[in-house]
Amino acid sequence: MTTLADTPMSGADDPTTRFQAIVDVEDKIEPSDWMPEGYRKTLIRQIAQHAHSEVIGMQPEGNWISRAPSLRRKAILMAKVQDEAGHGLYLYSAAETLGISRDEMMDLLHQGRHKYSSIFNYPTLTWADMGAIGWLVDGAAITNQVMLSRCSYGPYARAMVRICREESFHQRQGYEILIALCNGTDEQRAMAQDAVDRWWWPSLMMFGPNDSESSHTEQSMAWKIKRVSNDDLRQQFVDMTVPQAAFLGVTLPDPDLEWNEERDHYDFGEIDWDEFWSVVKGNGPMNRERLEHKVGAWEAHAWVREAAQAHASKKQEAGR
Amino acid sequence: MSYDVPHTSGEEFATSSDVERGLPMWEVFVRQRRGLSHVHSGSLHAPDAETALQAARDVYTRRQEGVSIWVVPSTAVSAFDPEAAADFYDASHKEYRQATYYKIPDEVGQM
Repeated sequence: MTTLADTPMSGADDPTTRFQAIVDVEDKIEPSDWMPEGYRKTLIRQIAQHAHSEVIGMQPEGNWISRAPSLRRKAILMAKVQDEAGHGLYLYSAAETLGISRDEMMDLLHQGRHKYSSIFNYPTLTWADMGAIGWLVDGAAITNQVMLSRCSYGPYARAMVRICREESFHQRQGYEILIALCNGTDEQRAMAQDAVDRWWWPSLMMFGPNDSESSHTEQSMAWKIKRVSNDDLRQQFVDMTVPQAAFLGVTLPDPDLEWNEERDHYDFGEIDWDEFWSVVKGNGPMNRERLEHKVGAWEAHAWVREAAQAHASKKQEAGR
Repeated sequence: MSYDVPHTSGEEFATSSDVERGLPMWEVFVRQRRGLSHVHSGSLHAPDAETALQAARDVYTRRQEGVSIWVVPSTAVSAFDPEAAADFYDASHKEYRQATYYKIPDEVGQM
């Protein structure tokens, strides 16, 4: 039986030591616990970016709601986009427990001082992109988020558990879209292949720079914000995805992709890191449009927030 | 901006920082099904309780996760300071409070 006397809460006087001891025994850090400023700042930045990604991520798919090929597909896509909004809200709430306000996060996003995942700066050109995004982009996101559900910060980990449960639907509906296209006409098969060609590399980029280039990894691992390195997660994703591509009958656009018996993993080619950094720095095909649309929607709907507040205060006064 | 979370804040309840100028925050509690307690699900912003309930339904019960929802203004929640509470919770020397502390002879059977 574990008693409190055995836990790191008692004993250590130094808050940093005590904090790290809690993390080391796989206990969770909760909002009102003492935490190093670096831990708090890293988490605020990461959770806010994650939340922004969910919210901006509604745009590339929202683009196809009105043109979904059937009522069933339209209902599914709407449910998925609604989920992304929900995921953004869970994550903003988790970030708020660290002492930053929703308004401030919105400001930082709108001013371009907070980033979101670069994957959403690519355009959605055909219906098959809805399939490729669900299968590859959400697949990559799940790989990352399953790891994050074991992160040391309680509210973030709990949000991830919830999100992963819902994200599974996203991946499966995307794969189902591609199954339908791959069993369709030559034109539909070509459309599926084209989407996979365009989304494969950006999906691999979602895992971030190589471990040798990743500056924050070591500290984040020690704090157990991050549990698995970028390269290991990327490898996990590739290994999982290659057989799924074979089932669809699509080719993944990488001539170096090959099973390596010795490593017991797939080998794959080098990511175009110039493209990666260019999109991160704001020069992707859709960076400007995505942010403009977000700011535009926020400003155009200011009257709704104001009216709701005015209505609430009027009712409060009447109730007095 | 304030990164300094006040110690009076709840275990997992959000704290608002200095730049809060938007809608008030609410804590959401969902009863998963009849017979279970309402459990904290998360928080959201809304101008009043009625809108908070509608938003909570949309955000936290999209897949029939609940049959009842409570919303409480986040500012109405008081909580223990976990650091000061450490001694208070230390009952490790009071094992006699646990049922397993008492040895009952096997002949007595299940108790």
